[in-house]
Amino acid sequence: MDADITLTVDGAERSVTVDTRTTLLDALRERLGATSPKKGCDHGQCGSCTVLLDGRRHLTCLALAVAYDGSEVVTADGLGTGGGGSDLHPVQQAFLDHDGFQCGYCTPGQVCSAVGVLDEAKQGHPSLVTDDLESEVELTDDEIRERMSGDLCRCGAYPGILAAVREAAGR
Amino acid sequence: MTEQQTESLDVRSIGTALPRVDGVEKVTGRAAYAVEHGAADGVTDPLHAWLVTSRIAKGRITGVDAGPALAHDGVVCVLDHTNAPRLEDTSNGELAILQDDRVHFHGQIVAIVLAETSEAAREGAALVEVGYAEEPFEAELREDNATYAPEQVNPAMETDTDEGDVDAALRDAAVVVEQTYRTAYEHNNPLEPHATTAWWRDEDGEPTLSMFDSTQGVHGVVSTLAPMLGVDEQQIRVRAPYVGGGFGSKGEAHAHVMAAALASQTTDGRPVRLAVTRQQMFTLTGYRTATISHFRLGADADGRLTAIEHRVQEQTSRVREFAEQTASPTRMLYAAPNRRTSHRLARLDVAVPSWMRAPGEMPGVFAHEVAMDELAEACGLDPIELRVRNEPDTDPETGKPFNDRRLVDCLRRGAERFGWADRPAAPRSTEDGEWWVGTGVAASTYPAMVQPGNEARVRFLGDGRYAVAIGSVDIGTGARTVLVQIAADALGTDTDAIDLEVADSLLPSATVAGGSSGTSSWGGAIVAAAQRFRADHGDDPSVGAETTASAADNPNAEKYAFHSFGAVFAEARVHRWTGEIRVPRLLGVYSVGRVINPATARSQLVGGLVMGLSAALFEEGVRDPRFGHPVTQDLATYHVAAHADVLDVQAEWLDESDERFTPMGSRGIGEIGIVGTAAAVANATHHATGVRVRSIPVTADRFLE
Repeated sequence: MDADITLTVDGAERSVTVDTRTTLLDALRERLGATSPKKGCDHGQCGSCTVLLDGRRHLTCLALAVAYDGSEVVTADGLGTGGGGSDLHPVQQAFLDHDGFQCGYCTPGQVCSAVGVLDEAKQGHPSLVTDDLESEVELTDDEIRERMSGDLCRCGAYPGILAAVREAAGR
Repeated sequence: MTEQQTESLDVRSIGTALPRVDGVEKVTGRAAYAVEHGAADGVTDPLHAWLVTSRIAKGRITGVDAGPALAHDGVVCVLDHTNAPRLEDTSNGELAILQDDRVHFHGQIVAIVLAETSEAAREGAALVEVGYAEEPFEAELREDNATYAPEQVNPAMETDTDEGDVDAALRDAAVVVEQTYRTAYEHNNPLEPHATTAWWRDEDGEPTLSMFDSTQGVHGVVSTLAPMLGVDEQQIRVRAPYVGGGFGSKGEAHAHVMAAALASQTTDGRPVRLAVTRQQMFTLTGYRTATISHFRLGADADGRLTAIEHRVQEQTSRVREFAEQTASPTRMLYAAPNRRTSHRLARLDVAVPSWMRAPGEMPGVFAHEVAMDELAEACGLDPIELRVRNEPDTDPETGKPFNDRRLVDCLRRGAERFGWADRPAAPRSTEDGEWWVGTGVAASTYPAMVQPGNEARVRFLGDGRYAVAIGSVDIGTGARTVLVQIAADALGTDTDAIDLEVADSLLPSATVAGGSSGTSSWGGAIVAAAQRFRADHGDDPSVGAETTASAADNPNAEKYAFHSFGAVFAEARVHRWTGEIRVPRLLGVYSVGRVINPATARSQLVGGLVMGLSAALFEEGVRDPRFGHPVTQDLATYHVAAHADVLDVQAEWLDESDERFTPMGSRGIGEIGIVGTAAAVANATHHATGVRVRSIPVTADRFLE
């Protein structure tokens, strides 16, 4: 069964017909040609498909597109201040500066996840390794590692990713 | 082909951290991988393919009922062995899919569904009804398998070696270590699943296949497919502009590539997109066999080795042989007058094993370096001192001098940096709260290789700019960046004056991104072409001047044994009540020749260390021998290291240049980081707890009483 939905993708409103079985990831990649979010496992186990969905990081392979009519999606391609991605987001620049990637396949998801992590910390969201639930969250190395652990990197660029997120967090 | 004897480079860009030339594309996600190309690249209105795989391990297909699938809205066709296009050559049993009714392993491709959408293709694949006649099978690697000696082991090494009298030496040895070491089934699991977009068009009256493939070598895909499809190599073009990792699993074309090639023969020119699912990767795209290493070391009372024996048992597939060269590093790592190695394979009804980062060295050095740790303990020697005492003067295998064997330098530098001198000798000596703490060391080594068959093209574009072309693939290694650096230095110009073209089989021939040979092989060809270009066209060439050349054989190749070395240090903490293992520090110190780009090199070496840590603690492919399938076939059950598992991991290298080996002075860095790492971690857990674990992954249950 098909359904017509409208998404805002990286600032542009896009109407698209989807199958009710279509994941948000496949709607973006296969129907809208937005291939910045990647399909690494299609089961919510790797994080490559992470985007900012209505401002929060989200696994698009575990979301059915039809349930997100009217939502705003920001991919790594739309993070830059130029809207269309003409400039890099500070997190992206930090990934470049610390070589926080190799093959680049998990990278758009890592970048979106990192942007989400910075915002979650600012809002005071605790993680598994947060001891003090009263004070402001400080993004220590352990906090960054824990909060970024939903994004697998088989190239093993974690030390570079850590350094990039640390810098983007202002440490 | 024009051959050019290369001269060593005057380096300017080489040795500096030029930022990745494709970095912005990757951090934005604009880099287009194999199934992400659209109309601008010739991929218009593609069909989606989904693979149907066998549910039995061995037998015959009695019938395929495509009716329910074809009735599903959007399904266009179902290909099986009765209606798939025929292949000219079926000698590669892994790739000769849909040619007969035989099933050789659980998970083999038995049908392909093509549909207008991926949703319909996937549903269609679930609706295809396949009937089977099962036959008895054997799919479990055990010590009592029937085995055979392959003619050679990967890539073309001797199966067995035997020097001196190992048995006599062991009888006379003051100290003997005799143990069995095991490594688990490991799966490469690059983050980009294997994927291919393929389409056939008539060009000049001949059918021509175009592909975007996630491969480590575009020319290898062409040369593999062409004879099977019965076409000339000129009728196939393969491109791989971006590849999301491979670690060996994309080194050779696997069956899905043929599936895409065959399926797209039936679509009247419509492109076919085929992405292997993560689950299917565990059978269709290669894996590292589990290994069983029987080790015997004999030494005198001072720890000097008198005998080394390494007998390996591992598996291959009945449908195609792959023999992991697990004992190969044992032949050259340490001195001993009496030495014997052997490989025996169990030919099983299983999926085809293949290359995974450092095939041979990774499992082999794990076994050898844990055995050395046991020998050090038995001799009452520091593990580093034991290794120093067993340094060979020449390559024990060939008798040739080593190019530049600096294992001891790596060990000493690492020891200094890691704080090894403060280490208590006895295991189970250090407690920190509820944690036992220990440290371990292991040697690492990897052969340095230049592959024949590479050529590069240099063309002057005017205005100081040069086009440099070679069909090599950057799978994340940084090749695209370092080849620009090499080209710039070889032409005596700046990196921004180089337009590098790669990853297209229409470009000059390049060998696979594998065996840590890519930069040495492709870089050598670029240097050859650049130096020949200067010889032909001088320093002031006319616009359009062009030279294509390959590097002449290295006259040093026969004189020296070329290897890289490293030393890996690990700290392990083992929780006394739960057995949880953490590795707070991991350090590798390497001798790899000159490092061309310190940023990308560090990422390669650290990435290897991380993958070695992952193998040491997590990675274990579990099979069910009753059905012959992998039970752990996704990233929730087959664990790879996640961010929180990776703490302080550092790599450094000795300042050196190996100009006997390449004109750049470099040797290759892609694989050595994984070698020895698991042994260092296992040895550290022994030092922490006193419990010796002789198999990987090392898991918490091993430390519970």
